[in-house]
Amino acid sequence: MTTPTASAQPVVREDALRLALASGKRPKRPNALSASLTFGWRALLKIKHVPEQLFDVTAFPIMFTLMFTYLFGGAIAGSTGEYLQFLLPGILVQTVVFITMYTGMGLNTDVTKGVFDRFRSLPIWRPAALVGALLGDVARYAMASTIVIALGLILGFRPEGGAVGVLLSVALVLVFSFSLSWIWTALGLILRTPNSVMMASFMILFPLTFASNIFVDPRTMPSWLETAIGFNPITHLVTAVRGLMSGTAAIPQIGAVFLSCAVLIAVFAPITMYLYRNKK
Amino acid sequence: MSEEDFIAGESDGDMSIGRDLIDGSDGLAIHAEGLIHRFGDTTAVDGVDLKVVPGEIYGFLGPNGAGKTTTIRKLATLLRPDSGTARVFGHDIVREADAVRGRVSLTGQFASVDEDLTGLENLILIARLLGYSRKASRVRANELLDAFGLSDAAGRQVKKYSGGMRRRLDIAASIVVTPDLIFLDEPTTGLDPRSRNQVWEIIRTLAAEGTTVLLTTQYLDEADQLADRIAVIDHGKVIAEGTPGELKASVGSGALHVRLRDPEQRPEAARVLSQALGVSVQLGSDPAALSARVSDPERVSYALVELSRSGVAITDFALGQPSLDEVFLALTGRPAEDEDTAATEGEAA
Repeated sequence: MTTPTASAQPVVREDALRLALASGKRPKRPNALSASLTFGWRALLKIKHVPEQLFDVTAFPIMFTLMFTYLFGGAIAGSTGEYLQFLLPGILVQTVVFITMYTGMGLNTDVTKGVFDRFRSLPIWRPAALVGALLGDVARYAMASTIVIALGLILGFRPEGGAVGVLLSVALVLVFSFSLSWIWTALGLILRTPNSVMMASFMILFPLTFASNIFVDPRTMPSWLETAIGFNPITHLVTAVRGLMSGTAAIPQIGAVFLSCAVLIAVFAPITMYLYRNKK
Repeated sequence: MSEEDFIAGESDGDMSIGRDLIDGSDGLAIHAEGLIHRFGDTTAVDGVDLKVVPGEIYGFLGPNGAGKTTTIRKLATLLRPDSGTARVFGHDIVREADAVRGRVSLTGQFASVDEDLTGLENLILIARLLGYSRKASRVRANELLDAFGLSDAAGRQVKKYSGGMRRRLDIAASIVVTPDLIFLDEPTTGLDPRSRNQVWEIIRTLAAEGTTVLLTTQYLDEADQLADRIAVIDHGKVIAEGTPGELKASVGSGALHVRLRDPEQRPEAARVLSQALGVSVQLGSDPAALSARVSDPERVSYALVELSRSGVAITDFALGQPSLDEVFLALTGRPAEDEDTAATEGEAA
């Protein structure tokens, strides 16, 4: 067998390779936070290289805010201006919660590629790849929140809770979305294709967001529905966000949100990790 | 026939050094016993036993769907075996998975790098995940890019890399920390001959510097070029194991392939060849082609002269190493099969 490398350019530099092999000592392994942040950095790099993926966090918020304000405003509250005051905190929740479903789709696409095999074969804190991806998504959610609030301010929304109230409410939405995303990561690992993940997410998100207090006051609904809506975690989130934005937030409202976050993570994070570890 | 001896894996000679180490069982890089893995009804890995000595290049040879990838993924702790045990440098792959991950690295069959990121970013990412500081990871990444001839492409997205570049980056990512054992799943599949040679050189250098290599391949010549020992895998079972020399001895040194100008002359050509070479001749699906296993290359020139003397015109001939098909034919009495048929037969068996 002849080796044509002699005539070709020495692409691989054997001496350099030997040196690199000799100096490849294993450093101290990174802690859980550092590994997760590294994966978060990866997610941000992907946004930088594939900015098209920001379509959902830019178009969705604008579409939702304009559509619901002007379609329903007159009918529900008598005027679009009045309705915006009521709707905007809700539409912020609706928008960001809807975008969380792309997390599952992205993960589903990701795990089918070889790079996830490499991540899973590294000696690191196992959930880091997923936690990091979710942290990266939090950056996307923050972007969507900014767009909704900016658009709201332009349309005439005036939060009485001031800048602090608005920032706190956005922070609360981000924490909730991070927690909710564990449902989608689990789905992303169970279902076969990104499309089926999207379908399943829609099936969950539509009732979850519409059967809540985002668009109308539940007191106008039949009493059984009002009761049901009282159990919806989205309702608690919207109540808390409204409270923070209008400067009337109460501790129990915010506590209820943190409780649902804790439950979501306690249930779905272990399921996700089980699926992740045993992914074929 | 000598293949009987070969299948049993009991051949003396140049195995003696390895054997001493094997008997000292604890010193093994990989020691697997009775690994079984099922996907639904299909048994992908059906009782694989394996002993790999530190520092050697060990080749898994088999067709698509034979169970090579599944076995590697198991040893790299990505899949739990349904039954059987395996230890990597003495660490159990299930109970001490984390310790195993600290000694090995994996280069998957499809590029295990992030295609959206640049080459530099990919290596920094892996270096950071392995514990390098921000600054040290950049230094290490550049060092590797340079060694693999990728410095010019450092800032380019990997999706714009050629197959050979991608593969080199992939291997570079596997040696950010020099592993004690590297798994390479079909490292040259789909590469042009030049890139293939580069990858071969890299693998040889890795082994020379002390890393144990477990590679899978569908090509006998690749296993022959690189591996110290080869296991032939079929239907999730190791059907033969030994040095490349032993393997080839069991299948003959190669095959003569001949193409005729006139397919009508094939029966005549087959008669002449089988007489001249003293072996039976295989008729390919191409009506103008035929091939014969050759034990003594010297007889080939004689056979070709005999052909022209009997008035058979040939357009082309080639003397090749035995193909994977021929190895399988010799070892199992049937050609290598592809995934689907292999899977269903695996169930039946």
